[in-house]
Amino acid sequence: MTTAIAATTMREAFLHAAADAVDADDRAVLVLADISAGADPVPALARRRPGRVVNVGIREQLLLGLAGGLALTGLRPVVHSYAPFLVERPYEALKLDLGHQDVGAVLVSIGASYDQPGIGRTHEAPEDVAVVDTLPGWTIHVPGHPEEADRLVRESIAGEGLVYVRLSSASNAAPHHGAGLQTIRVGSPDDVVVAVGPTLDRVLAADRFRGATVLYTSTVRPFDAAGLRAAVGEVPTVTMVEPYLEGTSARVVDEALSDRPHRTVMIGHPREESHRYGGHDLTL
Amino acid sequence: MTTVRPPTDPAELHRLMSLMTGDEKHSAAATSTLDVLQVLYDRVLRVDPAHPDDPVRDRFLLSKGHGPMAYYAVLAAHGFLDESELATWARPGSRLGLHPDRVLVPGVEIGSGSLGHGLPLAVGTALGLRIRGLTTPRVVVLVGDAELDEGSNHEAIAYAGRSGMANLTTVVVDNASATHRGDLAELFLVEGWRAITVDGRDHDVLETALTAAHDDRPLAVVAVVEPKES
Repeated sequence: MTTAIAATTMREAFLHAAADAVDADDRAVLVLADISAGADPVPALARRRPGRVVNVGIREQLLLGLAGGLALTGLRPVVHSYAPFLVERPYEALKLDLGHQDVGAVLVSIGASYDQPGIGRTHEAPEDVAVVDTLPGWTIHVPGHPEEADRLVRESIAGEGLVYVRLSSASNAAPHHGAGLQTIRVGSPDDVVVAVGPTLDRVLAADRFRGATVLYTSTVRPFDAAGLRAAVGEVPTVTMVEPYLEGTSARVVDEALSDRPHRTVMIGHPREESHRYGGHDLTL
Repeated sequence: MTTVRPPTDPAELHRLMSLMTGDEKHSAAATSTLDVLQVLYDRVLRVDPAHPDDPVRDRFLLSKGHGPMAYYAVLAAHGFLDESELATWARPGSRLGLHPDRVLVPGVEIGSGSLGHGLPLAVGTALGLRIRGLTTPRVVVLVGDAELDEGSNHEAIAYAGRSGMANLTTVVVDNASATHRGDLAELFLVEGWRAITVDGRDHDVLETALTAAHDDRPLAVVAVVEPKES
């Protein structure tokens, strides 16, 4: 059954999309470590599809190891928690229990970099995309709107391979559903800004990018190198605006433009050991 | 799918190991898993080298992947590997590494080496088989006693013991190599498993333990062998 509900957050969109997949797709299994286990529509799904919602408790090494085992039997695990507990604490399990075993999974995180700044460093993961990006073969989605999250989650579960979907409570006003780099505003080809996920509306409003070409993507790995090359001039300045650790995509942007002289500007969250509670907005 | 095969001659397994190690005799450490592996493949596991990916096969996961010569020897004795390949062991380009790799070696269910990964993977495999409605295959994971120091195992043991995972068996090969050693069987019993401690060199006792009824709970078999040389 399709859950007809207008999702107001990415987290709600994800949970309903995952529930639809578990209802309709015999490969899909939702794997949790308490987080979201009591959130609508998960309890009803667990009653409706016994065994297809697995809550291991607060055991994040097992969360990923168990997901690897499920995948070894041909299932498609959809694994979810806060970003630090999904990809940082069990990092070696991502590497060995999924990647090295040559199996796939869909990992969906909440919390992003600073979604809940009041609870501080322990639940913040500005490093998460960089961490996952050290491993081969991962697709990384950073949706900018709940409707994008809905689509990306559904496509990821129906697909194959290793996927990390990074949800956030920040959102743009409208979704942009194209694949790869999408041109949102045409300006100078020598001043090109790539806005990732929920940074787009702020990029469009920023004075410093008034004359720039603005590209948008909700998929940062694999990076749309061909799309970037097609959009830029012969000696471009490319500014990457990412809602996580500054410079995370420096490598892929530089590789994409290795055929021409270029300048890159990396905007993101600073590399710092934060002890601040609140106030982590990107400075554009 | 074969369930009962003629017993492998222990001397034959040592000959096969010698093709890898070059040694005529093997230390207790090199053979700590040998008798358990032989009993599993001779008498317990329903696996077929002609159909190594059969969905209803039993799954054997070697979590303690270090020192896999005994494992490769048993796989060769049972037809998963050609014995001529054993001589390539640990050489550049060989499929037979110092740790087994499921992507490369027929019959190998997981790539292992880093301790503490096999048991969580086994729990997921046992659960996945149950979700898929495959009620006959069993999942057997072999860990070392020192390996159980890894916290990931404790997460897996606690969860499996409370999830009625009767299709899961953990074999702990105990060669007294753990630092800060505890009671291994008790570790499983308190989490709701059935557990038994046996002589890890006695084939009949191992077979009895590995085939013991455990209809509603996972089973742990602690197979005690000679202490590892310090």
